[in-house]
Amino acid sequence: MDDATERKLTLSHLWVAFGAFILACFMGEYQVLERSGLISALDSPTVYFASVSTHGVLMGFVLTTFFIMGFGYYTATTSLKMPVWNLKLAWVGFWISLLGTVMAAVPLLTGKASVLYTFYLPIQAHVAFYFGAVLLVVGSWLWCGIMLVMFSQWKKSHPKQPVPLAMFATTANALLWLWTSVGVALEVLFQAIPLALGWIDTVDAGLARTLFAWTLHPIVYFWLIPAYIAFYVFVPKQAGGFLFSDEVARAAFIVLVVFGLPIGFHHLYMDPEQASGWKLLHGIGTFVVSLPTLVTGFTVIASLEIAGRLRGGKGLFGWIGTLPWTNTMVLSVILSLLMLILGGFGGIINASYAMNAMIHNTAWVPGHFHLIFAGTTVIMYFAIAYYLWPVLLRKPLFSNSMALIQLWTWFIGMGILTTPWHVLGLLGQPRRISTVVYNTLLTLAWKPYELAMIFGGLILLGSACLFIYNLVKTQLNPAPAEFNQQIEYADPIHPVESIPEYLNDFKLWNRVIAVLMAISFGVPILQFFFMDTFGSPAWGY
Amino acid sequence: MQIDSIVQRCHDLAGKTVDFLQDFIAQMRTVHVDSLEQKWIKIALLIIGLLVGIITIDAFFHGVNPPSKVETIDSARLHLSKEFAESNLGVQLDDKGAIVVRMVAGRYSFFPKHISVPAETKLTFRWVSMDVLHGVHIPMTNMSTMIVPGYVAEITTSFPKPGEYPVLCNEYCGLGHNHMWSNISVIAKEDWQAPTHTIANKEANNG
Repeated sequence: MDDATERKLTLSHLWVAFGAFILACFMGEYQVLERSGLISALDSPTVYFASVSTHGVLMGFVLTTFFIMGFGYYTATTSLKMPVWNLKLAWVGFWISLLGTVMAAVPLLTGKASVLYTFYLPIQAHVAFYFGAVLLVVGSWLWCGIMLVMFSQWKKSHPKQPVPLAMFATTANALLWLWTSVGVALEVLFQAIPLALGWIDTVDAGLARTLFAWTLHPIVYFWLIPAYIAFYVFVPKQAGGFLFSDEVARAAFIVLVVFGLPIGFHHLYMDPEQASGWKLLHGIGTFVVSLPTLVTGFTVIASLEIAGRLRGGKGLFGWIGTLPWTNTMVLSVILSLLMLILGGFGGIINASYAMNAMIHNTAWVPGHFHLIFAGTTVIMYFAIAYYLWPVLLRKPLFSNSMALIQLWTWFIGMGILTTPWHVLGLLGQPRRISTVVYNTLLTLAWKPYELAMIFGGLILLGSACLFIYNLVKTQLNPAPAEFNQQIEYADPIHPVESIPEYLNDFKLWNRVIAVLMAISFGVPILQFFFMDTFGSPAWGY
Repeated sequence: MQIDSIVQRCHDLAGKTVDFLQDFIAQMRTVHVDSLEQKWIKIALLIIGLLVGIITIDAFFHGVNPPSKVETIDSARLHLSKEFAESNLGVQLDDKGAIVVRMVAGRYSFFPKHISVPAETKLTFRWVSMDVLHGVHIPMTNMSTMIVPGYVAEITTSFPKPGEYPVLCNEYCGLGHNHMWSNISVIAKEDWQAPTHTIANKEANNG
């Protein structure tokens, strides 16, 4: 099958994603430097908060959304062996999202939208920022629609056959994102935009936070699922073995989507506008959703062990040494899992209903999510890019050894950046300050950790530059005459011939989600319309 | 007649649910799960159950809950409210002798800017915002809460160790956010004296 049009579509999405990524990396390094107060000439809250807002939006919304869309299109077309449905619509989605990105970037970069990526109503940004965010999401909804259509078309023409795991997981992610984005869409459409345009005089900050919490947790699974897809469908083959279990992988994705959605209140543990019972309910759900991650860890490590033993590894740990450590996908998954174990431990503390008070809004929190998102997740985005680039361009990767150095330095840099960040949190440093001006003895203990972070950030920036350089060089290289690398999906040890419809479809699960969402968000949202609440007028910043 | 049909419908629904669950379980039984993986899933569920058990028992039996009193207030008219009028802020004893600390957060400080409280004593803090979203954390203590405009954030805690602590805003509230902090002195229990203006207030109220 000639998939030149799909390859172009995918490549365009991925370049936007990584363009946003490298820009945001430079901002990140500036931010640690400014925050440390090392160079007093840099000191400027105005620039810092504009930068931190842009960094968050680029990494959290632009890198992820474009990467997921591009990767999703190519996964769909290659795993289902059919062209992307309605290619024109896919391009419309791309341009809408890109337009939204540019529209949001202008106020962000000019300091007209320094509201950080969580919006912070009743603080108000320029209305173009909100419209840009809406367009970015609307474009991604078109992607969701295309994925769902391709999923059901394939099922119709292949009755009773299991949907390929890669597509099953991609569809799960599309469904997850449709549900996830409703919360923030309601906040922006009914609160932020009407307030910015002067149609309403006040907003309820408590309701705004509740709606954002709806989105704020599942969005991280939206980002994480591509990494898990690579774990399951690429890693075993690249390591030279087989996927340990295809059925359990499907179940893990279902549990992730179903329980990932109704648990956002662990972001509101310390908020006064929600009662403790609802928080506890969401807290319990948060622990339940660690199950698919624990299962994924098991399946991936088991798959790696099979590969290691097939390659001649003996003994309890001998198989680790025989793994192909010079394969970018295999190296990435090992480093990714290491960061997942450390980050997961921190996550349990954050999820703990009461213990969270100790670290809430301290430097610990960005330390945690950089480790788990920029570490665990983004290192798999790198791995997928290194894997797809030769396939998409029909050219060999410019340098495999450069890619290996890049992955190792990303891992080391992330360790040097996030370990002191966690410690600063335990020492009481708030997360969202641009510099330390408190005149108290406590701050003396913070200094060495801030300096270490600059160094960690510098390693990460260098690593990010190597990544982009490698991709650009690959693209600019002349195409060799004979090079036709195809995407290869891993085979499970036990091929799946038939599967219960419940593990092959989302109709039931979609209803379960609806019920769980009604239970966990129904009363907490409706309460705002029955209580005597007092809205807040718009404020500048 | 009508009741009969409703009963019939409920009966059908229950039957359908049972059928569905039986079918669901039967189908799931056909799925191949390796015995090693089954063991791991059980271990994972056990760990999750243990953690959930701890937080649930703490919440229900030890009352360990985050600040969650859903109480509304008009943040734009705090100065006109009786409770958060300027003269009423800070540390006070209520009728039962319990210590209540009323604080207002506003860009860019906490008011009053300095307070003294006793160590090892139960304190009830009531925080309100007069403008945007704030958060407050006294590092090395459990005194942490979000302060959302329109709501009263109430938290009950005690400080085990005397000393001078900073009170830090830990939520982005504007370009001056860095400068939003104040001080609290935690004084040994035996050296602490209830603020005198409280007594005056009380007398005024009683009179």
